[in-house]
Amino acid sequence: MTDTRRDPRGPIDVALNSPEREGLTGTAPASLYAPTFEREQITIAPDFAPADAQPAWRQDFPIDWPQDLYVERRDFMKFMVLTSAAFMVGQLWIGVQNWWRRRNGEALMQRVASIDDLAMGGAVVFTYPDEHEPCVLVRLTTSGFVAFGQKCTHLSCAVIPRPGEGGFYCPCHEGRFDLRTGAPTAGPPRRPLTRIVLDIRGRDIYAVGVEERT
Amino acid sequence: MSASANRPFSREQRTTILYGMLVFVLIVVILQLWLLTATMNAWLGGDDSVVWPAAAVSAGGLALNVGLLKYLGRIERTRNAGA
Repeated sequence: MTDTRRDPRGPIDVALNSPEREGLTGTAPASLYAPTFEREQITIAPDFAPADAQPAWRQDFPIDWPQDLYVERRDFMKFMVLTSAAFMVGQLWIGVQNWWRRRNGEALMQRVASIDDLAMGGAVVFTYPDEHEPCVLVRLTTSGFVAFGQKCTHLSCAVIPRPGEGGFYCPCHEGRFDLRTGAPTAGPPRRPLTRIVLDIRGRDIYAVGVEERT
Repeated sequence: MSASANRPFSREQRTTILYGMLVFVLIVVILQLWLLTATMNAWLGGDDSVVWPAAAVSAGGLALNVGLLKYLGRIERTRNAGA
């Protein structure tokens, strides 16, 4: 009986490769059992030239370029996910601050100054609703008073009232606000100054609330 | 289930998948950045109605990103197990 099966990988003596004798030494070419590599196991240089054509230093320290590219992109993706987590933490921080602001409730009434203390165009600095929030009270007319938070809405520098120019001036980045409304008129600020709600009782001026605005 | 369904992705396939994931992740991160600045601006202006909805959307974006990263880890583990 003749075995007609042939191994496509190399010339094999059909007679010796019969079902009874296959695998015996000498029945197959040496290349038949040579290790085969998958594509990913072969190191590919940046110039895609074969390993023998690479300089000696690269042969000693080969870097698989496609694998290097993959690992770099994967690490970049991990970093982006970390950035995403940081933004989420930022949102939570705003939420916590909001909860804290609501918990503290409405600001209490606080006496700021007496009408007699302020001349026309005069200003006085005070803190409200706590000692960390500097504010400025300005007398516009005989009976007209305005008060605003002193923190610039750009980067929180202290604004300076300039009644003669009709505004507040921030020296850090040349920001300017309207004296009557606190609205930004020049420079980098985009939001108006925080308005302090005033109440005049007798000859005394009281701060009774804080009005944040966009 | 066919045999091809269990076959691990090759490196070229995984690189392509990774690029696709990166597009999603980058879009979501940019959206989160915009959301954070818009929320901060509104909150500093006294409008706190957007704080928690924005936090929920940002959390959704983070969940999507983490899910994509976990999927990438899973196909890599499949590759290593199949190798």
